Amino acid sequence: MSDRVAIVGLAQTKFEEQKPAQGFSELAYEVVEKVLAQTGLTIEEDIDSTVTASQDFWDGRTISDIPIGDVAGGHLRPEEKVAMDSAQAVYYATIQILSGHYDVVLVVSHCKESQACRSVIENAAFDPLYQRIIGFDFLAAAALQARRYMYKYGITEAQCAKAAVKNLKNAQKNPYAQRSMVVTVEQVLNSPLLASPIHQLETKPQSDGACAVILAGEEKARQITDKPVWVRGLGNCYDGYYLGDRDLADCQSLIIAAQRAYKMAGIKNPLRQVDVAEVSEEYAHQELLWYEGLGFCDRGDGGKLISRGVTEIGGKLPVNPSGGVLAGNPTTVAGMVRVAEAALQLRGEAGERQVPHARTAIAHGQSGYCGQHHCVLILGSD
Amino acid sequence: MARRRNVAIVGIGQTHHRQRRPDVNQVELVNEAVRAALEDAGLRMGQIEAVLIGNMELFEGNYLVDMWQVDGSGAYLKSGMKITSGGTTGATVAVAADHYVASGLFDTVLAIGYEKQEEGDTNAGLNAVADPLWGRTMASGAIGYFAFMGANYMQQYGATEEQAAKVRVKAARNALKNPYAHLKLSLTVQDVLNSRLLAYPIKLLDMCPTSNGACALILASEERAKRITDKPVWIMDTVTCHNEGYFGAVREGPSSLETAARKLYQRNGIAHPRKELDLIELYEPSTWAELIWYEYLFLCERGEGGKLIEQGATDLEGDIPVNPSGGVLSTNPIGATAMIRIAEAALQLRGDAGERQVAKAERALATAFGGSFWTVLTLLQKKLP
Repeated sequence: MSDRVAIVGLAQTKFEEQKPAQGFSELAYEVVEKVLAQTGLTIEEDIDSTVTASQDFWDGRTISDIPIGDVAGGHLRPEEKVAMDSAQAVYYATIQILSGHYDVVLVVSHCKESQACRSVIENAAFDPLYQRIIGFDFLAAAALQARRYMYKYGITEAQCAKAAVKNLKNAQKNPYAQRSMVVTVEQVLNSPLLASPIHQLETKPQSDGACAVILAGEEKARQITDKPVWVRGLGNCYDGYYLGDRDLADCQSLIIAAQRAYKMAGIKNPLRQVDVAEVSEEYAHQELLWYEGLGFCDRGDGGKLISRGVTEIGGKLPVNPSGGVLAGNPTTVAGMVRVAEAALQLRGEAGERQVPHARTAIAHGQSGYCGQHHCVLILGSD
Repeated sequence: MARRRNVAIVGIGQTHHRQRRPDVNQVELVNEAVRAALEDAGLRMGQIEAVLIGNMELFEGNYLVDMWQVDGSGAYLKSGMKITSGGTTGATVAVAADHYVASGLFDTVLAIGYEKQEEGDTNAGLNAVADPLWGRTMASGAIGYFAFMGANYMQQYGATEEQAAKVRVKAARNALKNPYAHLKLSLTVQDVLNSRLLAYPIKLLDMCPTSNGACALILASEERAKRITDKPVWIMDTVTCHNEGYFGAVREGPSSLETAARKLYQRNGIAHPRKELDLIELYEPSTWAELIWYEYLFLCERGEGGKLIEQGATDLEGDIPVNPSGGVLSTNPIGATAMIRIAEAALQLRGDAGERQVAKAERALATAFGGSFWTVLTLLQKKLP
């Protein structure tokens, strides 16, 4: 029974706008095979349990873990599906190991956004009686959030656009990224306006792909790899549901989720104690807002933080060296890609996007519109 | 099963399950069960550290329903997640709560399963289980699979429709004693045999109903549990076992239930389940499933399930009562159904099962069925060894 849990293997597909050559179970198969080959483990001999993350809505399948059961190790073995962002699946797998029930857990997430209509699915997350009929989707809700954030704290459109400029540039060095480009703030603000004040280059693109991670208790982890990435802290939190019940310019549930994770990991000053962060920014303004929720700066100072270049690769706390969600990760899969990218950084295997001397990282996932549920993991190489 | 620390059920709540609940929405329905569980445990929402919830999202058509549910589930500003696994969901949520508490990170966790089937179309939802290219044109909901199972069982072992009907009669008799049960019918074997044929040999009364309802359990660490209640029910072990997704690919050989039961009995030193278990809450979506699954649970030999029901062994007063609650044949709010099995088994061990109480209940097994023939087993005990 282990007091410490580590990530011992990880794999991602290349993320693409559409992957017509693969069904979603084949996407899952690709990453499961990769991560098993990387760790030298087999499902039959080594994996005690599987946690998957997928959504019935996106797959158009009731019980969306049935079609990937055979590729994810669901033959006469345990498998459970977390039906939200997959960072939470990694969180849950860690708990499964800490409980003493299991020692080695495979986590797999998949989504093919290309085979569904995002706005129709997102609309089904709104209250069926009062809000759905208005035609809300997550983009429309995020636009309200961006406006409120700009109004309350004087954040500018240019500051929001900077998050897109930074992340799309970082993505150029990430071979798994879908969308990468060198653009200026002006070019971002001149891209088509989707829902004022959010422009096309400030919105996550449609994306297909999958991600897999293997976690293990300490003893097993040291046998499997000489570069274990330890889960040092985890926290999550639900906010209120109705948009009017929250101040969208703040992110109370992220603040609480981060505090829970920091307390476990003994982090008092994240800007000083954390070397790299991978956050789930589905829209550019959210990256600035999540800086505040994660305690990288004071409330309302997210715009200043990005303007000072603190979160660039080479800055004091690089955020999203992978390019983040704006570079293209499917919903549900995005949070686990943050975990995988943070782990790559700590293993020193992040290639051209490597942050030097990275020993402590944050991986963050969000579920629900305007980030109703946040999940924060603190990872460490020692 | 290895566990960092012991975990007990300290609060149990469920709604009065019904065909129609126009008086509440889904959030209010869940809140009824949550309040009942809190009251049962003598706790306030502020003492709950994490909220876990599950349902069948395509049945009612709500995406990320845990978000909408925060006002009913009490998850606002709390830790939590949504976890699902088809029909087994209610048990999977409870198993996850067991993991949460056993991990040492949480002391008191609320687990919730629910379904408001009247707001969706269950059969359409179930049809979407099948592969769109290779399965959807021939599969339709759950009835066809159980028809196949029943017909095959009759052909193989000479089981009769009367024996299956007896399962339904037993369920109805027990449900009359359960204030929470949905269908409360006085039935004879002849009533079941005369009910409308759906797909041979399944008649209307051979299948579970569609219900609206919610169930909530509060789980706590040993230390906390002993302070909350003088009747904690201990979770001794859980086993989750899945099977292939393509129904045509499910091979002859051990079923997930048989595999899971073998593992559970072996790990817990149970050599004679019929003697060593005091009752079973079995997830039986159809009469035929109960007969066949007696065998997979090693309560009797292969092909002897019919005899077991004829002997009355699984009656409320029998030597191994199965579904004193009236089972799934009487009550089926799908996302809650598997959790109700655990809740009812726990009520029995507490001696709080009222008219449906089994005498001297010390150890109980709750089963869950779902997905593509998936199983979750939960072993409960009144006392820690």
